[in-house]
Amino acid sequence: MNYEPEKMSLGEGDLPCNAAGCPEPTSPARRRWLGWFGALSALLASLAAGLPIVGYLLSPVIRPRKDLWLDLGPVSDFPAGATQLVKVENPVHQPWDGKSAQMAAYVRHSQAGEFQVFAANCTHLGCPVTWFPQSGLFLCPCHGGVYYENGERASGPPPRGLYQLVHQMKDGRLLAKVGHLPTLQDPA
Amino acid sequence: MPGRLRQIATWLDSRLGFSDVVLPILRHPAPSGSRWWYVFGSATLTMLVLQIITGICLSLVYVPSAAEAYTSLNYLTYDQSLGWLLRAIHNTAASGMVILMVAHMVQVFLMGSFKYPREMTWVVGVALFVLTLGMAFTGQVLRWDQDSYWGVGVGAAMVGRVPYLGPALVRLLLGGTTIGADTLSRFFTLHVLILPGLLIISLSVHLFLVMRHGVSEPPVAGRLVSPATYDKQYAAVLKRGEPFFPAAVMRDMIFSAWAVIAVIGIAIAVGPKGPALPPDPSLISAEPRPDWYFLSLFALLALCPPNMETAIILIAPVIGLFSMVLVPFVAGKGERSPRRRPVAVLTTLVLLVGYGVLTWLGNSAPWSPQMDAWSGEPVPPRMLARVTPLELQGAVVFQNKTCRNCHALDGSGGRRGPDLTYVASSLDRDELIRQVIQGGGNMPAFGDHLSPSEVTALVAFLQTLRPSDTAPAASAATGPAPPHKGNRP
Repeated sequence: MNYEPEKMSLGEGDLPCNAAGCPEPTSPARRRWLGWFGALSALLASLAAGLPIVGYLLSPVIRPRKDLWLDLGPVSDFPAGATQLVKVENPVHQPWDGKSAQMAAYVRHSQAGEFQVFAANCTHLGCPVTWFPQSGLFLCPCHGGVYYENGERASGPPPRGLYQLVHQMKDGRLLAKVGHLPTLQDPA
Repeated sequence: MPGRLRQIATWLDSRLGFSDVVLPILRHPAPSGSRWWYVFGSATLTMLVLQIITGICLSLVYVPSAAEAYTSLNYLTYDQSLGWLLRAIHNTAASGMVILMVAHMVQVFLMGSFKYPREMTWVVGVALFVLTLGMAFTGQVLRWDQDSYWGVGVGAAMVGRVPYLGPALVRLLLGGTTIGADTLSRFFTLHVLILPGLLIISLSVHLFLVMRHGVSEPPVAGRLVSPATYDKQYAAVLKRGEPFFPAAVMRDMIFSAWAVIAVIGIAIAVGPKGPALPPDPSLISAEPRPDWYFLSLFALLALCPPNMETAIILIAPVIGLFSMVLVPFVAGKGERSPRRRPVAVLTTLVLLVGYGVLTWLGNSAPWSPQMDAWSGEPVPPRMLARVTPLELQGAVVFQNKTCRNCHALDGSGGRRGPDLTYVASSLDRDELIRQVIQGGGNMPAFGDHLSPSEVTALVAFLQTLRPSDTAPAASAATGPAPPHKGNRP
C-alpha cells in the first residue's frame, strides 16, 4: 500500500502537503498545548508507576520488621560466674531462611548476679567472636578484635565493646530482644 | 539452486544491512604494529562471554533460596554431571576476567590510549571495572556458605558506618533486618539481572566508542597528542594500517583462545571453590575470608589506624573512583609513551605492588589470633628440657590461658602478638609482670583472670625464654637478674 498523504485525515487547521513540501501540521498554540499535556501525562504516568515501585524497593527501610522477645531458657540454666553460648532460632525470619535463621548470643551471669546478653557479632566488621573461658576473653578471628568478659573492648580494631541485647527476667526465664543484625549506628 | 540461494542471501543482506553496516565495521582499518599489547580487552570480553554461558548453565540447577541454595550447590558439585567443572570454570574465569581487565587497564593507562579523543572510552571502562568487581562480590555471596554469609555481614558493617543513613542502607543491602532469604534473593537479582544488564549496556557503549574513535596507535616517544592535530595524524596512521578483520583480530583470537584453554585447565586442576560449611550463624567457630579480589581490603582494614578506618571504608573508594574518572581530563593531552611518563609508570607500579602486598598479607592474616593454638600447638619440648616445677606450671598457665593464640613459640602459634621465644632477653621480671597484668600495646590485661600464684609461675616460665648463653634482661631499677639457664641447649 502506498503512502498517500492527501488521503490521510487532517486535523482542524492543518493544510495538505503540496509540491513545496508539508506545511506546519498544527497551529503553534495547539502544539504548545500538546507539549504541555504530553509532559504532564508523562509525569503522571511516571508517578503512577514509579511510586509503588519505589515504595516496594524501600519497604525494608520504611517498614522494617520489629525485634521480638525471645525466650533464652530458664534463668537456672545460666550459673553465676559463667558465660555461655546460646544457639536459638531468630524469631525475625522468613520461612525459607533455612540455616541462616539460626543465631547465636552469649549470656553472661556474673559473680555479682548481673546478667548480660551479648550479640556474637564483632563491633569492628561483624565477624563472629569466640568466647575463651580460660582467659576470660572474646576473640574475633577476622582482624583480631579482643573483648573482656564484661564485653568491654580489650584490644584490636573494634571501635566499642560488644553489642548488648536488651533482656529481662520473666517467670524465672531469661528473655532477650532479638532480630536485627547489630551495626555501629543500629546496635542491639 | 545456488542462484536461488544467492538471491535469498542478497535479499537478507539488503534488509539486514550486513554489507552496508557490519562489514565496514569488521574491515575498519586498525593501526599496524600494535603487536601483542592490545589483546587484553578482547580477552576480558571473551571471559565475560564464558561467564555468561557457564552462569546460565549453573542457574539451571542452582536454587536462589536461602533454605535450598547450599543443598543445590552441594548437588551441583557432587551429583550433577560435570557440575563441579562448570562451577570451577565459572570461578576461575571470574578471576581471569578480573586479571585480564586490570591488565587491559594498565596497558591503556601506560600507553596513554585514554588521551584525546578516547576520554569517554576510559570513563565507560571505569564503569565496567566497578561493575565487574560488583559481579565478583555478588557472585561470592551466591556461594551461600559460611564465608559468604559473614562476607555479607562485613559488607553490612561497612555500609552501616555511613553517617545518618547507615542503618537504612544496611536494611536496603540485606533486604530486611537480618541476613537471610531476602538477602540472597537480592544478591541473586543483582548478580544475574541488574549488574549483567548494566555491564552489557556499558560494554556496548565502550565497544561503540572503540569503533567510533578507532583503536589507538602504539605510542611513539616524543609524538604528542594535541586535539588540533591528532585526528589528521591518526588518519595518516590508518592509511598504513591493516583491516581489523581478518588481520588485527587474529592476535586477539589466539590470545583469547589460550586464555580460555588456561582457564579450563586451571579449573580442571584446582576444582570448584566450596561450598564450605553451611551459612549457619550459630556455628561460631567460622573464620571468614573473602575471595582473593578483596583480600587486600581485608588486610587494609586490619592494618590501618582505627581513627582512619571509617574514612578508608567510606571516602577512599570515592576518591579512588573519582581519580580514575579524572585521569583523561587531567592528562588528556601530550605525551603518550610510558618512556616519557615516569609518574604514570610509578603510580602503576606502586598501586600494583601495594595491592599485591596487601593481598599476600590478607592471605596470611598475621593479625588474626590462631583460635586453636592454645590446645593444638604444644610448647616445644626443648623449652621444657631443664625447667623447675614452678616454670613447668608456668608453661601450663601459658597454654591454658590461651596466650598461645596470639603468641608463637618457635614460630608456631598465633602471630597477633610478638613471638615469645626470646622474650626474656628483652623484658625483665617486673616488666613481664606488668605486661601480663595490665596488658597494653594491643594486649588485653590478664590481671582479673590470673591468680597471684599463676602470675608468678607464668613469669617464671617466660623468664626461661632466651638463648642459653645470655643473661635475662635486666633494668637499672631492678639490677641484674640472678643467673639462670636459658632454653637453648
